Amino acid sequence: MSAASKPSSPPASPKIRIGWFSYSCCEDSTIVLTEMMNDHWQEWKEMFDFRHARVLQANNVFDEMDVAFIEGAIASEKQAEEVRKIRGLAKRVVAIGSCACTGMPSAQRNNFNPQQKQEIEFLIEKFKASPKAQKLSEVIKIDAEVPGCPMDPKKFLDAVTKLVAELRGAK
Amino acid sequence: MHNLDISLEHITKVEGAANVEVKVRDGKVEARFEIAEQKRFYTKAIEGKPLMAVPQLLSRICGTCSNAHILASIEACEHAAGIVPTEQTRVLRTLTMDGLNVRDHALHLYLFVVPDMVGKDNFLSLDESDPAQHQMLHDAFDIKAAGNFLAELVAGRSVHAVYPTLGGFLKFPDKAGVEQAVKKLEAVRPAVVRTVELFARSPFHFDRQTNFMALVPKDRFGFIDGEIRDSFGHVIPESGFREHLNHVVLPNSTASAYSHKDAAYMVGSLARVNLAKDLLHPKTKESLKDVLKLFPSTDIYFNNLAQAIEILHCLDEAVEILTTREFKPEPLVRAAPRAGVGIGVVEAPRGTLYHKVETDAKGNVVKGEVIVPTNQNQLNMQEDIARIVQDNLDKMTKEEIVHEIEKLVRAYDPCMSCAAHFLKVKWA
Repeated sequence: MSAASKPSSPPASPKIRIGWFSYSCCEDSTIVLTEMMNDHWQEWKEMFDFRHARVLQANNVFDEMDVAFIEGAIASEKQAEEVRKIRGLAKRVVAIGSCACTGMPSAQRNNFNPQQKQEIEFLIEKFKASPKAQKLSEVIKIDAEVPGCPMDPKKFLDAVTKLVAELRGAK
Repeated sequence: MHNLDISLEHITKVEGAANVEVKVRDGKVEARFEIAEQKRFYTKAIEGKPLMAVPQLLSRICGTCSNAHILASIEACEHAAGIVPTEQTRVLRTLTMDGLNVRDHALHLYLFVVPDMVGKDNFLSLDESDPAQHQMLHDAFDIKAAGNFLAELVAGRSVHAVYPTLGGFLKFPDKAGVEQAVKKLEAVRPAVVRTVELFARSPFHFDRQTNFMALVPKDRFGFIDGEIRDSFGHVIPESGFREHLNHVVLPNSTASAYSHKDAAYMVGSLARVNLAKDLLHPKTKESLKDVLKLFPSTDIYFNNLAQAIEILHCLDEAVEILTTREFKPEPLVRAAPRAGVGIGVVEAPRGTLYHKVETDAKGNVVKGEVIVPTNQNQLNMQEDIARIVQDNLDKMTKEEIVHEIEKLVRAYDPCMSCAAHFLKVKWA
């Protein structure tokens, strides 16, 4: 995680603090997010404080979040350690896209035959990958899921609307 | 400053995860560009699968380049199976690439690069009350939306397209959709011309000699057909690509690099425009007469300008196709299973993308290989990072050097999801 260099004072407006994180995947849902911005950027600009989103900004803050969106399967202990930290910092955690929700297709190596497993073993060891790639809920508790490969934009909007209502209601 | 260590974990505003490690000892610079994605073993996962399943699975190598992977994989699979697509299919594939490039280049230029140009960190933090920044915000999302619409109309989705398949398309654009696409594309043409002008005025420059390589078509600038050519006039046949790209292992990277004739080379928009600017759409050439005089160029930052030029070409080409022909449903071209080897080469937004597949007599995959643009640009990027550090050691702070490195890496528009998909394959 990169060090914080964003102003540390909390935003004056009651924006929802967002983290967007990607692990083992093709980041298709990140691309869908940026395409959804074509229609929603003005609304999201007002509503969200992107605290941590490497695809959007260099200065990211790894601190308390209202919602952490996590895409990708968890394929190493380093990644597992990071998502456990995110879980500790976020009020809500949402699994985004097929790899986070089901593990697949990034976890396809789990189903390789013994010969295929043997052929990739040296890379698993070299890059300290976990013996199995896991879906997010196998590593941390999640509060919601947005399935799809890539994520379904309508389901993402439904999830966001519900979360915003919950969080605003709780404040 | 004769000793310096830079450890830049996760370059931001790029696709995927990459790190940069720089070590300076007594003024001597050693730089490493490392892909930090976990491997997902796609070329291993296709083993034993029927050809029909391959393009959709290999699409998942990368979200943003997915439609280029689908088309490269389809081409490789069709060559292996002996399938010859129809003329309409070829046109629909051209439109698929046009939609992809409009959407993908606009994403890169505005969301990743423009913040550096205006001194902001996040594109969404541009100031709407500032007329120039207001224009950029609206142009960005309007252009992206038009490209997205074209991709959805022709290919079903802009990410992991669902209509293109072996032997043709599963659905065809309807008249109402075509009319709407033309309207949307024509409406954003002035915004695209503004984008070209914006990047022609970019204050960033980094000049270096390198070899540019791209798939160059015969008649019209494009992304699917042609021969692989380089700046020295070498022509590489698609079937012999593997003998010309040498695999280079980088110690701590989950991806491999490639060299050509023992030297770094560059693929992508700058290579394409350098090698084939005369083949751009006539309307694009007419609108960009002065800007095109800047090419061929050895300024790496002009990769961004070349991307903006390609957006206009794709828009002009798509409008011409959509306004001059009709699309009719046609069945998929099929062929009996056979043993074969097929190669597919396309120009993805970031550069030349190679897919190779070998099948057994039942038409199931024996093995496959994918070489992506970012792997090919890795050595070039690494050399440039070392030069940035060397040139600025005594002029800039460490933070300023890091910012310069990030800016230049972004100019290459690397894609780390693509770069870390595979397992090295040995072909007999």
